[in-house]
Amino acid sequence: MLSRRLSARVNSAFPPAPATLEEAMAYSLKINGTAHSVDVDDDTPLLWVIRDVLGMTGTKFGCGAALCGACTVHIDGVATRSCITTVDSVGDSAITTIEAIGETPQGAALQKAWLDLEVVQCGYCQSGQLMSAAALLKETPKPTDEDINSAMSGNVCRCGTYQRIRAAIKQAAEA
Amino acid sequence: MDTLNLNEPTSGPSTSRRAFLKGGGLLLGFALLDGTTTSVFAANAAQVTEDDVKAPFAPNGFIRIDPKGTVTLVMPMVEMGQGTYTSLAMLLAEELEVDLDQVQVQHAPPNDALYANSILHIQSTGLSSSVRAFWTPLRQAGAVGRTLLIAAAAKEWSVEPATCKAAHGVVTDGSGSKHLSYGELAEAASKLPVPAADSVKLKDPKDFTLIGTPAKRVDAPMKVDGRAIYGIDTKLPGMKVAAIAISPVFGGKVKAVDEKAALAMKGVHQVVKIDEAVAVVADHLGAAKKGLEAAAIEWDDGPHATVNSADIIKELEEKSKQPGAVARNEGDAEKALGSAAQRIDAIYQVPFLAHATMEPMNCTVHMQKDSCDIWVGTQVPTLTQMVLAGVTGFPKEAIRIHNHLLGGGFGRRLEPDGTVLAVKIAQQVDGPVKVVWSREEDIQHDMYRPYYYDRMSAGLGADGKPIAWTHRIAGSSIFARYIPQAFVNGLDPDAVEGAAEPPYALPNIHVDYVQVEPPGVPTAFWRGVGPTHNVFVVESFMDELAHAAKQDPVAYRKALLANNPRALGVLTLAAEKAGWGTPLPEGQGRGVSVAFIFGSYVAQVAEVEVGPDGAVKVNRIVCGLDCGMSVNPDTIEAQIEGGSIFGLTAALHGAITIKDGRVEQSNFDNYLPMRIDEVPVIETHLIKSLEAPGGIGEVPTSIVSAAVTNAIFAATGKRVRTLPVDPEMLKSSS
Repeated sequence: MLSRRLSARVNSAFPPAPATLEEAMAYSLKINGTAHSVDVDDDTPLLWVIRDVLGMTGTKFGCGAALCGACTVHIDGVATRSCITTVDSVGDSAITTIEAIGETPQGAALQKAWLDLEVVQCGYCQSGQLMSAAALLKETPKPTDEDINSAMSGNVCRCGTYQRIRAAIKQAAEA
Repeated sequence: MDTLNLNEPTSGPSTSRRAFLKGGGLLLGFALLDGTTTSVFAANAAQVTEDDVKAPFAPNGFIRIDPKGTVTLVMPMVEMGQGTYTSLAMLLAEELEVDLDQVQVQHAPPNDALYANSILHIQSTGLSSSVRAFWTPLRQAGAVGRTLLIAAAAKEWSVEPATCKAAHGVVTDGSGSKHLSYGELAEAASKLPVPAADSVKLKDPKDFTLIGTPAKRVDAPMKVDGRAIYGIDTKLPGMKVAAIAISPVFGGKVKAVDEKAALAMKGVHQVVKIDEAVAVVADHLGAAKKGLEAAAIEWDDGPHATVNSADIIKELEEKSKQPGAVARNEGDAEKALGSAAQRIDAIYQVPFLAHATMEPMNCTVHMQKDSCDIWVGTQVPTLTQMVLAGVTGFPKEAIRIHNHLLGGGFGRRLEPDGTVLAVKIAQQVDGPVKVVWSREEDIQHDMYRPYYYDRMSAGLGADGKPIAWTHRIAGSSIFARYIPQAFVNGLDPDAVEGAAEPPYALPNIHVDYVQVEPPGVPTAFWRGVGPTHNVFVVESFMDELAHAAKQDPVAYRKALLANNPRALGVLTLAAEKAGWGTPLPEGQGRGVSVAFIFGSYVAQVAEVEVGPDGAVKVNRIVCGLDCGMSVNPDTIEAQIEGGSIFGLTAALHGAITIKDGRVEQSNFDNYLPMRIDEVPVIETHLIKSLEAPGGIGEVPTSIVSAAVTNAIFAATGKRVRTLPVDPEMLKSSS
């Protein structure tokens, strides 16, 4: 079960950038359309750069091992687990986080559906849920239940909001 | 407008001689005196000090209407997903006659004198108590406020108050030509004599315009765009972050640490050692975690290094042979067992469980010379403050707790252990530090739902009905540690809740409890507490009795519920909506369970499918619910959906096991949560009721497992008596 989930959802689409010999190199990251320069080790997970170094706390830490999806961001539009994505693998790709997903048509439609259907409970996993759903709708505008299962089963919600997540994705797809 | 304004505490500590809510206007305080009577205090907000209100008034919460007309509800309960911030605001808005979006909700600062829960008596969110505790006081406070505001307008216009009407935060005179807003009236209202709370007329439920409607959650907008701030999102100037490693063996201690290697990591500032843990303090968690790994900690495992699950279970098995503290004894169950036409015995077991909240344990601390600030999400702010006073030596008032939204609670955040660890670390750190646990630490250093071992016996009469029922529960007592004053004569009231008082007519019943503490393994409340274990046992065993009596499980239960109309009502409703008795394909089955727990009546019918490999797929859950008056039916449905999944996750996947003094599970790959591709369709059918509201957050978690295992029996003929469900046991060949 685990390998199925990992293979479907881990960011294998992003080959690491060429290794560098420079120790204290600063990385330039393009996040939500703004460039940020950060000086961290090359193997630092993107999650901690986003949360701790840049202070954008909408992206959540849940497991640190690509098992729960709370940390999902988009890299060039593809849903990616930022907790296992090292900063040196991102290159000049465009990173989108929950703070800016509402600027995309899929993100806006999903946020509206999430509110219409009262999806959230504690809300902690919902940034990641929305990011995975937005990537799904971009790729597959009219997803089947199977498409939803495949795109969303990497995102854990301990409050158990899954039934409403499914309904909200379908509603957003109709919007 | 966001109706949540959570980032600034409403007041600081030590304000007993100053006005404790900032700004003027009308202040309403409310206190539930004896379960039915509320005392409501009203005054000018600018002039009220804590000393004025705390004795002998002992309030449960406060409402302020400021000169701009904004209504602020200082909310003593915390929001962890259950929708409390919305449902409690609805109770107030209904009687105060304001719209829900005029109510601003704020976290209360820790103060038992000002914000105690009238059921739990401290400022605590648990036991599905929020709506039950605040149902009467909040509505009466709203009604007193409305009465005062109308009186202020009537005085201004020199008319009889009875000729005026209030709606949407505005008072209008009898002719409909004059209007004054609550903001305009707040100051004048605060100078009028306060009517007794029981003298103001509460609305007839048929006139409710808000209660009973699916009002929108006030906390939802900030949770869909990343703005919601949980404890883990705390940001402070100069703040460092820390990763923590706690002794993998319960009770072990740090032996050796390679500090130099840790400090060599880029961004690492400090290595902190305390007895039971090591923390690496850094600029960001990426660096802190690398530092922690480099520290190559060696541990002194201490006395629990050989503890394992098998020994814990063996001890439960042995000790449960002896009689325990009696929770209930009616008739003569032993004698009746002897004379029964048929005797049934069974042993049930449920495992240790972790909470695994999505937001891992974390706490930010800024230690100062004579005081400290704590940023955390907690279900128990005052208890935390009290415990920290012991750790720091500071007076309670010097411990400023800034509470937050909780990224899941489920009982985990009823415990201050994580905050204590963070404070011990912060005592060695200059400036604020945020301690964040990894998921592995969170699962391996949780405080666990106890392992319970239950012995059941029943005797059936010639008609198949039970004439004897005995139930012995053995396991850890959470009350003995957490609420020792309520642990009397060896009886833990939580451990027997849902077992001592099954909803059925049982003529000879004996229920007792044997306390058995697992060495080293800390235990704690877990969503559903006692009932989540006992309803599984009672309802599974009741199913065994129906089978032994060769009767339909629903009909068998109905016959025993003749004198319990509300329980009968939910059972009948769930069975009817589920199509009980209609055929299902081969390999599928339906199971039922029913209970009265947390003040609510609930029944569920589960439909499951068991594959030849023993894999269990739950296709559908139908829930009949009578929780009295519904405040927010949509929130209730959401709780039924989510709480059922929480319980299903445990029933199908959940087990914490101990080997060599350590928890064997570590992350979501071996402590499996249910995912979207596994969950059933869940339907909720509510019985309309005018009874006082019951609790809801823990109800579905408690009821769901028996419905599912009874359905597994219907599908396979195999009785699941130990959780979680073991597919090996259900394989076609076995």
